[in-house]
Amino acid sequence: MMEAVEILFNESLWSAVLRIATPLIFGVLGALLCERAGVLNLGIEGIMTMGAMAGWLTVYLGGDLWMGLAIAATAGGLMVLLHAGFTVPLGLSQHVSGLGITLFASALAYYLYRLIVEVGETPPTIEPFRAFPIPILSDLPLIGPVLFTQTAPTYLALISVAVLAYVLTRTPLGLAIRMTGENPHAVEAQGLNPNALRVGAIVAGSALMGLGGAFLTTAAFNSFFPEMVQGRGWICIALVVFASWRPGKALIGALLFAFFDAYQLRLQTVVEGVPYQLFLMAPYVLSIVALILVARRAEVPEALMAPYRRGER
Amino acid sequence: MRLERRETVPLALVATAPLAAILCALLLAAGLIGAAGVNPLAAYGEMLRGAFGSRLSLTEMFTRATPLILTGLAAAVAFRARLWNIGGEGQFFMGALVTAWIGHSLGLPGPIGMAVLLVCGMAAGALLLAGPAYLRLHFGVDEVVTTLLLNFIVILFVGLMIEGPLRDPLAFGWPQSVPVDSAYRFADLVPRTRLHMGLLVALAAAGIVWLILTRTVFGVETRAAGLNAKAAAFAGISLPRTIMGVALLSGALAGLAGAVEVMGVTGGVTTTMSPGFGYAGIVVAMLAALHPAGVVVAAVFVATVFVGADAMSRATGVPSFIADVIVALSLLTMLVALLFTTYRVRR
Repeated sequence: MMEAVEILFNESLWSAVLRIATPLIFGVLGALLCERAGVLNLGIEGIMTMGAMAGWLTVYLGGDLWMGLAIAATAGGLMVLLHAGFTVPLGLSQHVSGLGITLFASALAYYLYRLIVEVGETPPTIEPFRAFPIPILSDLPLIGPVLFTQTAPTYLALISVAVLAYVLTRTPLGLAIRMTGENPHAVEAQGLNPNALRVGAIVAGSALMGLGGAFLTTAAFNSFFPEMVQGRGWICIALVVFASWRPGKALIGALLFAFFDAYQLRLQTVVEGVPYQLFLMAPYVLSIVALILVARRAEVPEALMAPYRRGER
Repeated sequence: MRLERRETVPLALVATAPLAAILCALLLAAGLIGAAGVNPLAAYGEMLRGAFGSRLSLTEMFTRATPLILTGLAAAVAFRARLWNIGGEGQFFMGALVTAWIGHSLGLPGPIGMAVLLVCGMAAGALLLAGPAYLRLHFGVDEVVTTLLLNFIVILFVGLMIEGPLRDPLAFGWPQSVPVDSAYRFADLVPRTRLHMGLLVALAAAGIVWLILTRTVFGVETRAAGLNAKAAAFAGISLPRTIMGVALLSGALAGLAGAVEVMGVTGGVTTTMSPGFGYAGIVVAMLAALHPAGVVVAAVFVATVFVGADAMSRATGVPSFIADVIVALSLLTMLVALLFTTYRVRR
């Protein structure tokens, strides 16, 4: 029992929390941006898979790591264009279209990977992002090694939270996006085009999801393999509800989730006699519990999943 | 240009929509096959031969179609009522696991035992979906996320059981559950092939679902709840009761798929026994425009792609993931095709 508590005082646990949280932060921010504009994007799981593949492949084929991230974001933005077309101007079911994108994007990612890469006994690897200690700050006791000795994409994720929060709440663009998700008719009345705003928001959101996927293959691991996203996309969709569609709370949600994930991984090694699957289940069970706790008072964007057609109520 | 809702939907249009969708999907996938340096026509030829070319391939295709019919029905029933059951995969595994567990040492004579097992599999699937349906009705928790997350939980649970209490000691360390008693295995439908009587169970299920949806009050309530929940409630239909009924039926069908697969093909349960039957069921249901009879045809199409793609991959070297690409593409193209059946374009 003491060991289970001792883990909590281990620096490596807290450092892992940020690492595990990074893809979730990107994903949850992306999903949040889409939903704030009124579009549910269940393509997230596939888009993250595509981002993971595209980012990795870019580096594998000789691009540098930042180029990999850029390509992953672009791939994410491109994959969602189909979803954007189906759900925004055509007003088709966002559930079905999103699932279709997930099935398509992940199948395409696996197919292209197999086509381009010679896979032997073990999947080929790349040289991933290394931890980048921020000068001076990383020398601070305790928080230095945890907060300021991460890989570059983790810093990028944390910065994205602040940027998205600022844009959504403090800029005219953010106001327009939020209004599109609440009342698109009011947006139209302001002389803005709600559908253009929606498409823009989900493309940007999906680019973030693509980055989240790419973190897995260019920083957390160094290779790509099928099923590697492991439901992280779905967890992000749950986290958006948990965060009541606010970037700050989304960060907290992602960190909490990552904490439990990191903790269960370490608990597995000290607690004996409990099947490891029970530990692995914990994050998924926890997401469901979190949903139950907040669902009643969730402040869902009013026009979420309601297609907008000019002149129609 | 704008879209205008059709007043009547011609039947011919409904029937051609899936064909057009599939054709478009195949055309789009042809580009990817071409990228692999293979002539798409030759590849599709191999695919057809792989699914229909011989007695063996034909029976393999129908063996694959059997669970797809059932998971397709599960999705169709749920989607009709706008209950987004994406948990077919989990319900499939739960049905399979319970069937293997009970069927291993059930002291009942053959036919009765088989009926009991099918019911147990259905109950397992139904209960698994009842949870998310309850959470949606009483806590307002979106069932898409809960059913999706449950898929991961169930697969881990299956892994736990087959490495622990239900481990087959005769499987030489391979993680596999104890098998169902051979008395409860489906007989071969075609001798010396893997095709089993479970296909008839699936077809019967399609017939029964069709009857329920078109000839019972519950079926009408289901459609009403899906088309306009508010109007349905105003007309005196109890939405919670209808949604829960739909959930039980949908989960039962997916659970039945697992039971049938265990009793007909695998005997025991492994975590790799499903190549995504639950998820493919969603595509099957959409291609069928949520119609039970259409589900059977759509399941045959999806099974053809899956079985045929394996053969094509062996013959031409095109990665077999092309099957998933084609199936996913046909879902997306079908969405567009459905749009044109309900709307027309006006200038």
